Amino acid sequence: MTDTLLVKDKDVVVPGETLAQGMSFVPSTGMYRDGENIIAAKIGLVSVEGKVIKIVPLADPYVPKVGDIVIGEVNDVLFSGWRVGLKGPYSAVLGVKDATSDFIGRGVDLTQYFALGEYVLCKIINVTSQKLIDITLRGQGLRKLNGGRLLAVNPAKVPRIIGREGTMTKMIQDATKTEIVVGQNGVVWLNGDPHNEVIATAAIRMVEQNAHKSGLTQTMKTWLDEQVKGGR
Amino acid sequence: MELLKEHILRGLDKNVRLDGRKLTDYRPVSIDYDISRSAEGSARVRVGQTEILSGVKMSIAEPYPDTPDKGNLMVNAELIPLSSPEFEVGPPSDWSIEVARITDRGIRESGALEPKTLCITPGKAVWSVMVDVIPVNDAGNLLDAAGLAAVAALSHANFPGVKDGKADYETRTEKRLTLSSTPIPVTVWKIGRHLLVDPLPEEEMVVDARLTITTTADGTIVALQKGGEASLTVSEVDEMVGIAQDVAGKMRSLLR
Amino acid sequence: MAYTKRFDGRAIDETRPMVAKVGVVPRADGSAMLKIGGTTAIVAVYGPREMHPKFMQNPRGGVLRCHYNMMPFSGHGERVRPGQNRRAKEISRVIENALRPVVDLSAFPNAVVDVFIELSETDAGTRCAGVTAAAMALADAGIDMKDLVAAVAVGFVDDRVVADLTYNEEHYNDYSDIEDKDRPVADIPIAMLPTTGEIVLLQMDGKVKREHLKAALELGQKVCRDINEVQRRALKEKYQE
Repeated sequence: MTDTLLVKDKDVVVPGETLAQGMSFVPSTGMYRDGENIIAAKIGLVSVEGKVIKIVPLADPYVPKVGDIVIGEVNDVLFSGWRVGLKGPYSAVLGVKDATSDFIGRGVDLTQYFALGEYVLCKIINVTSQKLIDITLRGQGLRKLNGGRLLAVNPAKVPRIIGREGTMTKMIQDATKTEIVVGQNGVVWLNGDPHNEVIATAAIRMVEQNAHKSGLTQTMKTWLDEQVKGGR
Repeated sequence: MELLKEHILRGLDKNVRLDGRKLTDYRPVSIDYDISRSAEGSARVRVGQTEILSGVKMSIAEPYPDTPDKGNLMVNAELIPLSSPEFEVGPPSDWSIEVARITDRGIRESGALEPKTLCITPGKAVWSVMVDVIPVNDAGNLLDAAGLAAVAALSHANFPGVKDGKADYETRTEKRLTLSSTPIPVTVWKIGRHLLVDPLPEEEMVVDARLTITTTADGTIVALQKGGEASLTVSEVDEMVGIAQDVAGKMRSLLR
Repeated sequence: MAYTKRFDGRAIDETRPMVAKVGVVPRADGSAMLKIGGTTAIVAVYGPREMHPKFMQNPRGGVLRCHYNMMPFSGHGERVRPGQNRRAKEISRVIENALRPVVDLSAFPNAVVDVFIELSETDAGTRCAGVTAAAMALADAGIDMKDLVAAVAVGFVDDRVVADLTYNEEHYNDYSDIEDKDRPVADIPIAMLPTTGEIVLLQMDGKVKREHLKAALELGQKVCRDINEVQRRALKEKYQE
């Protein structure tokens, strides 16, 4: 039986669709092998590299991983740390020792450092099998995010919103003079002048909805130019 | 919530809301009718991305002994968990009950549907009209959308046929429910010292006070409901009524 | 005399006109709508998210929880009183069992994926429309699924195997004008996995002979594959233009 590839690069596939037939093809995440067939298990865009088939998901719930940079909101103060919500089913724990290089003695009011509702940019340092998560604020760029607000986006679209080496986010940031930080958990933090923030939010939503289209960078550049020129 | 509120207020001070609208801007509103063939009358109202369905069901019942020639009307709203991550499965929440009662009162107090027009045989049989309002997507402002949807469904409801003293749902008559007025609720929300209409979910979360004002076509106020913990001054209330009358007029022109 | 011409003139393997759309509840993580004839199901998926009550959490993987409900104005006759009745609870379980075999929630211990299925109008085939729309909504949410699930109510009406029964066909004896008012009728909702043909939901109301049941199931498999095409198109449509 000849090995056949049934899809091509950039095709949109859905669960249950047969991608290829034959044992020479190599499946990866988001698909499975059933006898001779490789079948999609996620809605996504196909990417073919030789015999390796990949699916770039178009929608994806966030799965916490060590090393991920995420944005959360402090939602509880614990005995020796804080609980931080990550907009998914799992919250993270920020221990006192991982929060700051200051020495925090016992009995200190922890809300002086991080109060309920405050936003933090942190890194995941541990995830157990039961998805208990430990995070740290000690590290390059990690910090409390002052002011601004949070926007929830589809975690699958995060790479596109960030862009290659951060270019998409930087483009939106520069055009709208709005600070933007993107967390891998699908949470975006924005802070800017109210009018500019509206444009930045709309831009991020546009990238989210059109992530699968080619030429997006150019489309966004043109759109941003119009918006900024047309506005005050 | 405090941080979000501060952030929203910063924008409101410049008349810029989270989605770029001005304080008194309403998102696009649309009304579709007959969206459910199972109902005697039905409508779908969209306000921006908020979507709500309403359906009218009629049945024949015995009148209450002290009002032998009057039928019944009740408006019910159920904020189903399908429409928002904030709604839980289980008995109706306080918010759900408030939305239902505000909508119900507005229609009832305005006398829009005269109960005597629902009489079939005095003392024996009257029509019982139930309107159910069910959101499909909560992107804010369910209160106003619910009121508009209820009126829209009632204004396009046909009586079922009657067979052996019971409603015969296989037949739809040409006879329509007649509304003598169109009560439209408009809720004005106060955040800080700013008054706005048609809130987003984030704005609803940080509200200080709100006032729902239901008016009929000539501007008469037929229902009022204040919510939220903060107080309102008399001049604020008057200003809110003015805003509500203006917005209600625009909504009313969408009903056909 | 057998049921040769269907009430609405359809062929025996023809479904009623269908409209399928995805993303109809923007606030949800995934959503879909399926209209088939006079039955419309709207589904929203929320999750994986925190599960309450805690004692129902499963440390080995996420839990799929379905909630089927008819809107009060969606019934065929009288208003349907709000609140979970026994029929709705049973259908919720049956739909869960149809979707669980395809969904993989092992990456989300202690979490829940809630699937809300609401009917805004009904003309038979409600649980089937619910399952079909739910599968689309789960895929729309990016949940790992080895296949979609497609469902249809097949049946046996007066010596004829037919697909996608209407209310009138379910109640054939009340609606036909033949003399004998006791003709055999069977309503068989069936859901299957299109890639393998495996059946994940099967129920029956009425009476049917063994050989007719087999014929009905085979017809169901064929029609489910047609419905699966509609599901795929609806999911992909979001990414066209």
